[in-house]
Parts: sequence; structure tokens; C-alpha cells
Amino acid sequence: MRFVRRYLVPRLIQYVLVLWLGITVIFFIPRLMPSDPVEAQINTLLLQGTFLGPAVVEEMTGILREMYGLKGGLLEQYVSFWRRLFSGDFGPSLFMFPTPVIQLIGQSLPWTVGLLLVSTVLGWIIGNISGGLTGYFRQSRILRVFDGMAMFVRPIPYYIMALMLIILFAYLLPVFPLGGALVIGTEFSFTWSIVWNLFKHAFLPLMSLSLLGVAVNHQTMRLIIQNVKQEDYIWYAKIGAVKERTIFARYAMRNAILPQITGLTLSLGQIFGGALITEIVFSYPGIGWLLFRAIILTDYNLIMGITTISIVAIITGILIIDLLYPLFDPRIRFK
Amino acid sequence: MKTLRELFRDSRFSLGAAVLFVLVVLALLSFFSPYDPTEWRVVPRDMPPSWEHLLGTNSMGQDVFWRMTFAARNSLIVAVFGAIISRAIAVTVGLVAGYSGGIVDRVLMFISDGFMVIPLFLILVLLAMLIREHMNLVNMALLFGIVGWPWDTRLIRSQILSLREREFTYTAILSGTPTRKLIFNEYFPFIIPLVLATFINHTAFVVGMEMTLALIGLTDLTIPTLGAMLQWAVSYQAILLGLWWWLSVPIGVAVALFVALYLVSVSISVYLDPRARIQRVGAR
Repeated sequence: MRFVRRYLVPRLIQYVLVLWLGITVIFFIPRLMPSDPVEAQINTLLLQGTFLGPAVVEEMTGILREMYGLKGGLLEQYVSFWRRLFSGDFGPSLFMFPTPVIQLIGQSLPWTVGLLLVSTVLGWIIGNISGGLTGYFRQSRILRVFDGMAMFVRPIPYYIMALMLIILFAYLLPVFPLGGALVIGTEFSFTWSIVWNLFKHAFLPLMSLSLLGVAVNHQTMRLIIQNVKQEDYIWYAKIGAVKERTIFARYAMRNAILPQITGLTLSLGQIFGGALITEIVFSYPGIGWLLFRAIILTDYNLIMGITTISIVAIITGILIIDLLYPLFDPRIRFK
Repeated sequence: MKTLRELFRDSRFSLGAAVLFVLVVLALLSFFSPYDPTEWRVVPRDMPPSWEHLLGTNSMGQDVFWRMTFAARNSLIVAVFGAIISRAIAVTVGLVAGYSGGIVDRVLMFISDGFMVIPLFLILVLLAMLIREHMNLVNMALLFGIVGWPWDTRLIRSQILSLREREFTYTAILSGTPTRKLIFNEYFPFIIPLVLATFINHTAFVVGMEMTLALIGLTDLTIPTLGAMLQWAVSYQAILLGLWWWLSVPIGVAVALFVALYLVSVSISVYLDPRARIQRVGAR
């Protein structure tokens, strides 16, 4: 019961508050802007050479205002914004009319979630192991090389990494395809050739995301484990002739991994942004690619839908990791 | 001066600073450019690197080297101003939260914690989408300045919290020093090094975000920045046409800039770390 009161309830309250903050920010951004999205939308239409009479423009402004939820007073808009959010209704996409926005996002979301999940887990595990080894066994020359590599890879942004990988492995050494998720015209099913095809297309995006994850986790883990190594209990274990391998795996790593879980929750938002960019570079059919098309076509409804859903998804994802945290931290579990 | 000499002892700092120096020189060279960066077809198109055109020319008939100098200049300007704005917000919020404490502290920290987990990229896209037509250098700096402060706010706040409990704070308050004077004269010397280290990180963040937004077409692509240069090369399919010099120049400059900024910031934060300082003094 103490766990529920001391950990679960405050965490859930925090979740609701952060969610409220995020959604409120999204709500207010377009309304604080000097330019009116409805006017902008109609201007784009007029610029494309469509002729519209004044009466039609008037009518369209009304319809668009209603579609954007810009009708009525600020409070009324705010309430209806939340109501629409809970019913998952973001209106139709303007450029793929009348497909609902929620359906377009539903088609893209699995690709992004898959990419993000695999690359984050991969980067986290590999980075922590290599960082842990490098931090614990400082003398090893081979492990020091990892340090140098991480130093170089760490500051490079996702899309630059993606472009470098494309040049290397899709253009200079054409091993992997340039973009896409499957060969055009194939439907997904569980046959060997299609799964292999899927893997080939996903390999470079996965690489560009997880390489950076490895570098980041490597560096933080190295620093943490260097500090852990100076703790007294490690020293006692050494005097007590516990095997070096056991000390490393069960004493040092076990304690150093905890801040890394917290780090993962904090950086998830960044990794998500990176995944969106990587998808754009590789034309991978996830949320990022959808967002890119929505921006090009100025599909305002779709952009609002993507932003809102992504923020809800990320905050919920962080909540889930945080709720799993007691599984790893005995101090919280036994309290 | 002594600080600088100590910093240059670190090979990471000297390397990073040297690369940064070269980039700044390149940016300054833009004032001597023989071509106008916004004009097309001033030189033959698609020429590989030669003595006449050091880094070749692109499909729009522009000299890649001279365009790169303008790009470096504009990107650095946006980055520095964005970082200054964001630092100003971070210092103000951190100071107010740390010094006043109580409910003000809690509200401010809740807001900054909230912004730490929300994906910034999406917020930036939403904002950039709405001021798309007005994305000049000033607005870009403002846009990147209003994000990215929460991390450093936390750092500054915790520093203030610890300073507030120190002896000299009590002495100052008891001897009637006004709060403003206390903050500017007594606390700022402690905060400025912190701000400098995070300043460099934010500079890198702004350059990266500018490139990201340019890549998805949300900045004014007629202003030569590193992002705009990359975007033109990508959208003209420079890879497929075999114009490697066009695409690799912005990538190369960006990688050099990011690595240099990172090396400098790592070396500065190691320098600021009290444990490392003890080691350094002990080693001498």
C-alpha cells in the first residue's frame, strides 16, 4: 500500500498534469500566432490559381473555422478541443479528403513504434554494456577505442548520420535500398522473402537511430560506472575475493543501471524527434513521413493530429517505463 | 587568461577550439565573396572541384565554397543569438525559482519538467509552420531561443539553492545588501561558468534544429544556412546525380561544427567539475 501512496499516485498525478500542460501548449500555439491558419489556408488555395467568389470565400472561412475548432470563445474552443481529443476525432485530412486524420495516423503509427522500439532497446542494451565494460576495465586498449568512437558519433544529429549511411551503404556500396519500407506493390505477410525485404529496408534507419543511442548510453554509463567502482562495497567484494566478473555484472552494473532507466525516460522525447527525421530521410512510411507530407501540403488538421497524438503517446510511454522502474529498483519495491 | 591556458592543456579543447576557429574564419571570408549567394547561374553548373571553384559548383550555378561561407556565417549567427535568448530565459527562471522557493518554485519547476518530456521537435514544427512566411534569421533565433532552456534552468536553480544556504548569503542579508545586488554581485560569478558550458551545448542544438527544419522545408530556403544548403542538395538529388561535393560540403561542415562544439563543451565541463579540479591541482 505504501508503494501505491508514495510512488504510484504522485506519478499518476504528474502524468495527468504534464499531459494537460502539453495539450494546452498545443492548443494555444496556433491561437497566439499573428497569422490566422484559416486565412493562410484560403490564401494558399487562391495562390494555386483557384478562382473563388467573395461569397464562397466567406462560406469557406466559416466551414474551415468550424473544422479547425476556431469557433466561439476561447473557453468554448478549449472545452471542445479536449472533447475531440478524447473521442479521437481530429477531423478529416484536408488533402486526402475525406480520410479521417486518425485513420492516416493509425496506418503510420505501427511503423514508427516498431522502428523506435527496436532501435531504442538495441542502442540502450549495447551502449550500456559497452559503456559499463569500458568504465570498469579502464586498462583495456580495445575498449578505449570504443570511447573515441563514441566521442565522435555522439554529437552528430540523426539526419546527418542517416545521410552519411545512405551515401555509404546505398550509393557507394549499394547493399541496402535507398528508402521505403517494402518493395512497391507488395502487401505485408509473414513469408520469408517479405520479412527479409522488410529487414533490408529497415536496416539503415535502425542503424542511424541505434548508433547514436549506443554512443549516448556508452558515455553516460562509463561515467556512472567509474563512480560506482570507487564505492566501498566494490572494494569489500574485492577483498572478499569475489570473482571480478561477478562484481562487474551483479554489483557494479546492477547499481549503475538505475540512473540509466531514468535517463531513458527523459530522452525518449528526443529519440522520438530523431526517429521522425530519420523516417523523412529514408522515406519510411511512419509518423515522420506523414508529418513531412502534411507540412508540404500544409494539411493543418493532419499536423495538429500528429502533434497531439505523438505527445500523448510519448508521455504515456514515459509513464509506462516509470511504472516498470520498481521492478529494477529494490529500494522502491521493498518500501 | 590562466583559465584559458589551463583549458588549452586539454587536447580535446585545443582540437575543438582550432576547428571552431577555422569555421569562424570561413564565416568571415563570406564578406569577401565574389558572388552574391542568392543569385543563380553565376558560374557554370555541376563542375567538380577545381582551382577556380575550390569545392565545385552546384546545379543552380553557384560556387559551393563561397555559398558555404555564407551558410556557416548565417548558421553561426542564428545559433549564437538563439543560445543567448535561451540562456537569458534559463537564468531568469532558474534564479527566480531557486531564490524565491515555495509555490513559485514548484510551479516553475513543474513547467520546465513538463517541457523536458514533451518532444520539442513537434512543438518547433508547429511553431515554424505558423510563422513559415516570416522565417528570417531574427525569427529563427527567437524560435530556437524559446525552447531548450528547461535542462539548464534546473542546473542553475540547484546551484542557487546551494548558494542560498552558504554563510556569505546570510552575512550579506544581515548587513542589508539589496537582493538585486546580492544576486548580481555575489551569485553571478558562480553561475556564469555554468551558463557558458550550457551555452555551447545550446549552440549545437540550434544549428541541428535549424538543419532539421530546413530539411523538412520549414525555413526560408533563400537565406543560405547550412540547413538550406543541405536541403537544396537533397532535393536536387545530388547523390543520384553523382554531385558528391555539393552534398558532402554541408554535411562535412556540420559534422566538424558539432564535433568541435562537443569537444569544447566536454572539456569545459570537466574543467568545472570540482573533482577534476582537485586532480589537476594535485598533479602539479
